[in-house]
Amino acid sequence: MMIKKIIVIIITTFALVSNLHAGSDGELILKKNEPSEIKDCSETFNKASFALNQGLDKVIFKPVSSVYRLMPSPIKSGVSNSLSNLGNLVTIPNNLLQGEFALAGINSGRFLINTTVGILGLFDVASYLGFEEYTKEDYGQSLAVHGVGPGCYLVLPVLGPSTARDTVASLANFFGGDAWYNVTVKNDTQYFRDVDYYSSKVTSGVDFRAKNFDSIENLEKNSIDFYASVKSLYLQDRQQKILNSQKVIDTQDDSDWEEIETQ
Amino acid sequence: MMKKKLLVFLIVFFSITVSSFSIEPDIFVQSTVNRASKLLGEDISKDEKIEKLKLIAKETVDIKGIGFYTLGPKRKTLSGEEKKKYAKLFEEYFLKSFSSRLAEYTNPEIDVINKEKINDNYTIVNSVLKATKERPEINIDWRIYTKNRDNPLIRDLIIEGLSLARTQKEEFASVLSSNENNIEALFKVLKEFSSN
Repeated sequence: MMIKKIIVIIITTFALVSNLHAGSDGELILKKNEPSEIKDCSETFNKASFALNQGLDKVIFKPVSSVYRLMPSPIKSGVSNSLSNLGNLVTIPNNLLQGEFALAGINSGRFLINTTVGILGLFDVASYLGFEEYTKEDYGQSLAVHGVGPGCYLVLPVLGPSTARDTVASLANFFGGDAWYNVTVKNDTQYFRDVDYYSSKVTSGVDFRAKNFDSIENLEKNSIDFYASVKSLYLQDRQQKILNSQKVIDTQDDSDWEEIETQ
Repeated sequence: MMKKKLLVFLIVFFSITVSSFSIEPDIFVQSTVNRASKLLGEDISKDEKIEKLKLIAKETVDIKGIGFYTLGPKRKTLSGEEKKKYAKLFEEYFLKSFSSRLAEYTNPEIDVINKEKINDNYTIVNSVLKATKERPEINIDWRIYTKNRDNPLIRDLIIEGLSLARTQKEEFASVLSSNENNIEALFKVLKEFSSN
């Protein structure tokens, strides 16, 4: 029932708002992904889903990550490096889809070196050798770069915040777009099992929670509307990732600030 | 002749004194950070730290400006009385939220690395919060309001590209929209937060 509801929401919102403009410039992409412009069309559903996720966090992710963060730094970096290395299998096709061919080459080299010399990605040898800093890309970002709007904001049960576009795009991972999924779940190889894929996803969640442990606690404690805070932070982060920019001045509308005079 | 000399002297004197008081935004951020960091490293109770952090915030943060930015378009519809009430409630809310967030850190090491002037009113100062065993390195940018160059003020903290003022603005908008845009509802929430 819940899955059906999610699918209906995604299809409706996606159909309503998505429109493709090949070759859109950065300004248009920026405008389309402006957090304050993204509608929360299914707020009731999203809030219920958010409450469910908070419950799961309290019972599973928070306790597990509080133990995980106490582990020695080399173990945590090893896990984090391995997860990034697997993530590269989705990043590389998306570099290509976004027309970043040089970056696709660099990331392929990074994957080869880290998988071999870096012992299955445990050590980030490529960074040590001076490879460009790794930036994760996904199918949602590729659609956004080609002008597809985000659609409505969504909170998925277990998986957390997303948008209609990003949810639909993530399905590409299960239809051949993620080589790690292909060799673990989709195809019956003798080297990997389904559990390898799912445990990597759960570990990824724990790793994220542990890295942001204090920030999340702090945010929850000091928010007057935690749901709205998470939504805003998620959408701001998404906007930055789509534009591959950390620069505030490029991605923020300053008009509101300019209006306020206190000196 | 004497008058002309005096006039020239006064102009030169004031231009020197005025320029000598102007504070560069990056130096302002580093000195503010150093003050806060020193305080957080002191062997005093958490409550004492919070009280002292509030004093630093009152001196260095444009609380009134952030408050009205955070209110979004609603600020244009408030009466004079409501604006006064809001400014007071927001300051209490902000100081509590700001100081209790910071008080969690012990001896944070922040290095200012760069600055970028956006226009006469704003400079973005880039800094890095050094990594610890528990968390990775964090980039923090500071939006500094420089209209009065003698008294720069912090208007926003942008952590890893995420603006705190913007997040707060959307939080307030959410409270207002779930209460039929009634400012009294926001006043109530702010009061409750500050008194808890």
